[in-house]
Amino acid sequence: MKIIVCIKQVPDTTEIKIDPVKGTLIREGVPSIMNPDDKGGLELALRMKEQYGAEVTVITMGPPQADLILREAFAMGADRAILLTDRKFAGADTLATSYALAGAIRTMEYDLIIAGRQAIDGDTAQVGPEMAEHLGLPQVSYVTDARKEGDKLIVRKESEESVQTLEVEGPCVLTVLASAFPARYMSVAGIMEAYGREVELWSADRIDVDEGRLGLKGSPTKVFQSFPKALKAPGEQFEGSAEEAVELIVRKLKEKHII
Amino acid sequence: MDSKDYKNVFVFAEQREGKIQPVAFELLGKARDLADASGEKVVAMLLGCGISGQAHRLVEMGADEVIVADCPELENYLTEEYTQVVYKMIVDNRPNIVLYGATTIGRDLAPRLAARLKTGLTADCTKLEIAEKEDGSKEFRMTRPAFGGNLMATIICPNNRPQMSTVRPGVMRKLTPEPGRKGEIRTFVPEFDRAKIKVKLLETERKGCGCKDISEAKVLVSGGRGVHDKAGFDKLQCLADVLGGQVSSSRAMVDSGIMPQACQVGQTGKTVRPDLYVACGISGAIQHLAGMEESGYIVAINKDKFAPIFSVADLGIVGDLHKIVPLLAERLKKEMAE
Ligand SMILES: Cc1cc2nc3c(=O)[nH]c(=O)nc-3n(C[C@H](O)[C@H](O)[C@H](O)COP(=O)(O)OP(=O)(O)OC[C@H]3O[C@@H](n4cnc5c(N)ncnc54)[C@H](O)[C@@H]3O)c2cc1C
Ligand SMILES: Cc1cc2nc3c(=O)[nH]c(=O)nc-3n(C[C@H](O)[C@H](O)[C@H](O)COP(=O)(O)OP(=O)(O)OC[C@H]3O[C@@H](n4cnc5c(N)ncnc54)[C@H](O)[C@@H]3O)c2cc1C
Repeated sequence: MKIIVCIKQVPDTTEIKIDPVKGTLIREGVPSIMNPDDKGGLELALRMKEQYGAEVTVITMGPPQADLILREAFAMGADRAILLTDRKFAGADTLATSYALAGAIRTMEYDLIIAGRQAIDGDTAQVGPEMAEHLGLPQVSYVTDARKEGDKLIVRKESEESVQTLEVEGPCVLTVLASAFPARYMSVAGIMEAYGREVELWSADRIDVDEGRLGLKGSPTKVFQSFPKALKAPGEQFEGSAEEAVELIVRKLKEKHII
Repeated sequence: MDSKDYKNVFVFAEQREGKIQPVAFELLGKARDLADASGEKVVAMLLGCGISGQAHRLVEMGADEVIVADCPELENYLTEEYTQVVYKMIVDNRPNIVLYGATTIGRDLAPRLAARLKTGLTADCTKLEIAEKEDGSKEFRMTRPAFGGNLMATIICPNNRPQMSTVRPGVMRKLTPEPGRKGEIRTFVPEFDRAKIKVKLLETERKGCGCKDISEAKVLVSGGRGVHDKAGFDKLQCLADVLGGQVSSSRAMVDSGIMPQACQVGQTGKTVRPDLYVACGISGAIQHLAGMEESGYIVAINKDKFAPIFSVADLGIVGDLHKIVPLLAERLKKEMAE
C-alpha cells in the first residue's frame, strides 16, 4: 500500500500576539510546528503501515525552512519526504495550493491520500476537498477512523450530531481530525537518523501543472486587507460581596430590558 | 469570463433528515441584503428526498426563487451526488454569489464545487458586504478570521464567478417569516454520472445528547473550568431555567467529559449570539471569545480580575461563581414572580 500524507508548517497560533501599536502579527519568537490535524493524519498513516504494511510519503509545499517538519515526520516513521518549493508557488490561495499539491501527487503512485481537516493559520479546511477534486478522487472529510476491508476502505466521519460509517472504493482523499489520532512521539534513534535522510526538493518544473494556475496568478481570491480584530471597549468591572454583585447584575439586566 | 453575465445571490439551503437547517434561513437573510444592494434576486437551492413541500418556507424567509431537486439519491448528504447537482444548477443559472453554511456539510461541498468551477471560496465569513469602489462599480467583500482568530482578513474574488463563501451557523440574522410571500418554485430533475460515485453510506449513528441547539438560545449561561464538575453545572442550569435559557460550555469542560461537544462555544465549537451570555469561570481564551463576543449583553463572573474574559464583558463581576450563581438564581426567581 502507498500512502501520501500532506503536511503543512504553521506558526503555533496559540502563541501569536498582536503588536498593539502597529496592529500586525508578531511572528518573532513564535514557534513553527507541524499542523496538528496533519500530525494526526501522519499518525493514521503510520498505524496503517503497521497494520497492513505501507510506504508512507509526506509532502509539503512551502519555503525551504519547511524542511524541519519533514524531518520530524521521518523521526515519527515516514519513509519518504518531498518538499515542493519554488517562487512560482508563492501567494497561493487554497485553489492554487491544492492544484500544486495535486500536480505533484499526480506524478506519484498512491492508494490513499491523507490531509489534515484544517490548518490552524489559514483556517479554511478547503485544501483537502479541492485537491481531491483536482485529482478526480472521492473524498471523506472529518475522518475519525479508517480501516481496510478487502480492497475497500471503511471510514468513520464525524458530523455535528451524528457519526457516519462510509465505504469507499479505490484511492481517495481523507481529511482527518487531530483529536482522533493522538500522535506518537519521535523516536530518539529516528531523530538522530532524520538529519541524514534525503528530503526531495521539487520545483514547479518537476510536477504536472499548468503554470498559469499556480501561486498568486492562479489564485481567484485576494486578501484585500487584513487587520487585528477590533477590541470592544471593556465594560464595567465590579468587585465586592456576592450580595452586592447580584443586585448590580439584576439592575443591569432590567436596564437592558433582558428581564 | 464576463462577470456581467453572472447575476443573483444563491443560497445552498442545507437540510438534514428532511429538516431545513437554521443556517439556511440565516443565509437567506444575508442574501436578501446583498441582492437588494445590487438589484438582484435571491435564489435558494434545496436538495433532498420528499423535501419539495417545504420550498415555500424558503420563500417566506426571503427567497425570490427556489430550485428543488427531490429524489432518493439526495436523501442524505453525500459529496459526489450533491456536487453534481449543485454544479449543474450553478452552471445553468450563472449566479454572481453563492453562500453555504460552514457546517460539516457546507465545508465538504463548497470547496469541492470551488475546484470543479475553478473559482474562489472564502471560509467562515463573519461579514459580507457589497462595497462601492472609487470608480462607482460594486465589489463583494468577505471578511473572515484567520490565525486562530488573531487576525481578520477581507477577501475579494475579482475575476472569477461565482464568488463563493461559507458562513458559520449563528453568525447572520434571519428575517421574520412573511407568510404568503410570493416566489417561484422550480423543479430540477437531476441526472447522475454514476461512474464517479465511489462512496456509499453504510450507517448513521446519532450522537444523541438530546440537548437543544445552543445557537438558537436567547440566553446562555456558560461554564468553564471554574465550574469544576457536574454539580457546578447544576447550579448554572438553575440560573438558565430562571432566565428561560440554556447551558453551554468552554472546551475545557468538554475535553474533560463533563459537558457534551454539542454545548461547546468557540472556534471549534458553535458560534452563538444570544441576547444575554453569562460566562462563569471561563478565562476567555481567544478561541472561546471567537464564538461568543457578538452576544447582545455579556456578563462575566470570574475570581481573577485580570482574566481576559473581562475585555469583552459588558459587566464584569470579580468573585466566586459558586456563591454568586445560586444567589442570583434565587434573587431572579423572586424578581420574576413579582
Ligand atoms: C489571512 C488570510 C486569509 C485567507 N483566506 C483565504 C480564503 O478565505 N480562501 C482561500 O482560498 N485562501 C485563503 N487564504 C490563503 C490560504 O491560507 C493559503 O492558500 C494556504 O496555503 C492554504 O490554506 P489553509 O491554510 O486554510 O489550509 P487548509 O485548507 O485549512 O488545510 C487543510 C489541509 O490541507 C493540507 N495543506 C494545506 N496547505 C498545505 C501545504 N502548503 N502543503 C502541504 N499540505 C497542505 C494539510 O494537510 C492541511 O491540514 C488566506 C490567507 C491568509 C493569510
Ligand atoms: C486550536 C484550538 C481550538 C480551540 N477551540 C476552543 C473552543 O472552541 N472553545 C473553547 O472554549 N476553547 C477552545 N480552545 C481552548 C482554549 O484555548 C482554552 O484552553 C479554553 O477555552 C479554556 O477553558 P476555560 O476558560 O474553561 O478554562 P481556564 O482557562 O482554565 O479558565 C478557568 C477560569 O475559571 C476561573 N475560576 C476558577 N474558579 C473560579 C470560581 N470559583 N469562581 C469564578 N471563577 C473561577 C479562573 O480564574 C479561570 O479564569 C481551543 C484551543 C485551541 C488550541
